[in-house]
Amino acid sequence: MNGTLHLWLIPLLPFAGFLLNGILGSRLPKWLVTTIALLAPLAAFGVVLNAARGIFGIGAPLSSLPYIESCPIGWINVGALHIDFSFVLDQLSLVMLLVVTGVGFLIHIYSVGYMAHEEGYARYFSFLNLFLFFMTVLVLAGNALVMFVGWEGVGLASYLLIGFYFKKDSAANAGKKAFIVNRIGDFGFLIGMFLLLANFGTLTFSEIATKLGQDPGWQGGVVTVIALCLLLGATGKSAQLPLYIWLPDAMEGPTPVSALIHAATMVTAGVYMIARNHVLFDHSPFALSVVAIVGAATALFAATIGLVQNDIKRVLAYSTISQLGYMFLGCGVAAYSAAIFHLMTHAFFKALLFLAAGSVIHAIGGEQDLRKMGGLRKKLPITFWTMTAAVFAIAGFPPLAAFYSKDAILYAAYLQGPGGIALWVVGLVTALLTAFYMFRLWYLTFMGEARSKEIHPHESPWSMLGPLVILALLSIGGGWIGIEHFAAFLSPSTGARAAESTIPHLELILSGAAVAVALIGWFVADLLYRQKPAQPARMAAALPGAYNVLANKYYVDEIYGATVVKPLLGFSKYALGWVIDVGILGGLAWLLGGIALFAGAILQRWQSGNLRSYAAWLTAGAAALLLFMVVPWSSVWPASMEFIWKVARH
Amino acid sequence: MNLLSQEVPISWYLLLSAVLFALGVVGFLIKRNLITVFMSIELMLNAVNLSFVTFAHEWHAVKGQIFVFFVMMVAAAEAAVGLAIIIAVFRARATLAVDRIDLMKL
Repeated sequence: MNGTLHLWLIPLLPFAGFLLNGILGSRLPKWLVTTIALLAPLAAFGVVLNAARGIFGIGAPLSSLPYIESCPIGWINVGALHIDFSFVLDQLSLVMLLVVTGVGFLIHIYSVGYMAHEEGYARYFSFLNLFLFFMTVLVLAGNALVMFVGWEGVGLASYLLIGFYFKKDSAANAGKKAFIVNRIGDFGFLIGMFLLLANFGTLTFSEIATKLGQDPGWQGGVVTVIALCLLLGATGKSAQLPLYIWLPDAMEGPTPVSALIHAATMVTAGVYMIARNHVLFDHSPFALSVVAIVGAATALFAATIGLVQNDIKRVLAYSTISQLGYMFLGCGVAAYSAAIFHLMTHAFFKALLFLAAGSVIHAIGGEQDLRKMGGLRKKLPITFWTMTAAVFAIAGFPPLAAFYSKDAILYAAYLQGPGGIALWVVGLVTALLTAFYMFRLWYLTFMGEARSKEIHPHESPWSMLGPLVILALLSIGGGWIGIEHFAAFLSPSTGARAAESTIPHLELILSGAAVAVALIGWFVADLLYRQKPAQPARMAAALPGAYNVLANKYYVDEIYGATVVKPLLGFSKYALGWVIDVGILGGLAWLLGGIALFAGAILQRWQSGNLRSYAAWLTAGAAALLLFMVVPWSSVWPASMEFIWKVARH
Repeated sequence: MNLLSQEVPISWYLLLSAVLFALGVVGFLIKRNLITVFMSIELMLNAVNLSFVTFAHEWHAVKGQIFVFFVMMVAAAEAAVGLAIIIAVFRARATLAVDRIDLMKL
């Protein structure tokens, strides 16, 4: 490959897999479906690695970054508007590509074991490949419109996979909910794009950055509006307040899907989009603080709900929302490299958590209720140890991955002055809650005695355990590169890292606080769920109000149902359905039909079948024509009118 | 005065044509027998033919006379088709009274 990296292969290979398995999959033998489904992401990963060689300076070095590859035929050329279908490879998209195709490939392998006995095997893999196609388009996009194509596409793939068990009502509804809530966010993204076009005349990220850099007048104002519109899009896709409600329900999909789409990759697209457009956000301090507040609020909010959930996947879903909140917090304090760092480590440990949870669910025959698990440590040793690595990682214990990335975000927040310290406190409380609910999950699943006699656990096949082990290693070592190196590597894409603190050892002190908090969380969980297992129920009984609010997720679904969904449905049914559809449109149709019927009823009397009446009409008609032609009306009319006028006057 | 040497004025021809046409119309309207109605139509056609010829003679134009041949030809064709229909109707209904032949009525 001389000179070109063939970036277009990265999305196109999974797309070919989607087409092959989607069209022919049901007729192909299973081993061939598996081969196609696995080869597509593996080959894409290979192309990404080849591109990475150039950037890391191992192979032939690239002359310049970002490396741009455009479709030779223009995409949209209307008047002054020129948009190319272009892909961009820089440090930021490379990191995302490695995560998406790498973790994506691991989850494909895992799925082979997990989905082995499921109906719709080929359909599942074709959707999974379709997701990779759109996700890589999203990541590689060189302008906002190409990104939007991928953005919508991953939403479609997410919808298809959440509703994979479409015979289950709840799964079909969850798919619809995810799609509709995401549409609200997409609306913001679209408006943002229109504003970008109107004000900058281009959607290409690099050109926008250049124009912003040239003119110092771009500050606040319209930039804030654009940034907030983009933020709305990001909150939809990345499940932040107030649009997070679809993500917990998305757990209706198969567990590997939850791991890949609803934890590791797709939901981080919002973070990626903000990092990609960071120049816009940098020019609007207000929008940045909104991002930070949304992130911190979501992190805390979701963590509190996660405390009392009993479905193992729901706990992880709220944990995902909470961790995404951290990433938004990182973006909001302009620590984009820290946010992307956390995105990467989160992809490792959260994918691992979900896959391990899937392994548990698989092992005990589809049970997801934490209260019915317990004592699985001996029965599922590999799942247990890998899950343990992930739990310690997410809780923030050094030297595991999330310790470094979470710390980098909290440190960057702390440096933002008094408001930043408030954000830091929120982040620290969230870390405490995170440690608590993750250890709660850990104790309830693996420790103690089996609480249900009906389950007969068996360890999962190696196609599932292999990815678990690899992800466990990544969760342990993924952070060792350190934020300094990572930020330096990303700096051409995301800007330089914020200034260091002048207080000596501040970072160490803050890290110490974070670890202390994680230890407290572990200790409390240990106390409540190992030493005194009866205590949690007593506490719930003692504080029924608080417990019910948390267990019912702050009644947000109910509030949205009452304030948005019901009025909208009512409006659709009465105003649109009855008044406009049945009343106006239907009435118009009935009116037209009625006129035709009425006219027909009158005119049919003419067709009497009586020959002599026809003759009479014919004669009368001929006479009338004759009268019309022979009489000089132009002179007769005025005279007769004058005559009538005179008569009337008398 | 030699009446024969004198030419008949044009108005007389036209008057005759108009009278014949009016007779045809009245017969067309009031007669019940299908054959009589048919004959009335022929009468109207021939009344028109007469006025054509009259004007052709008056204006010394041949067009009118040629047109008469067209009308006669159409009338002949019409007579053939019309009589065939009348025979078919009579075979089917055993009557030729027009107010009984009203099967086309809604």
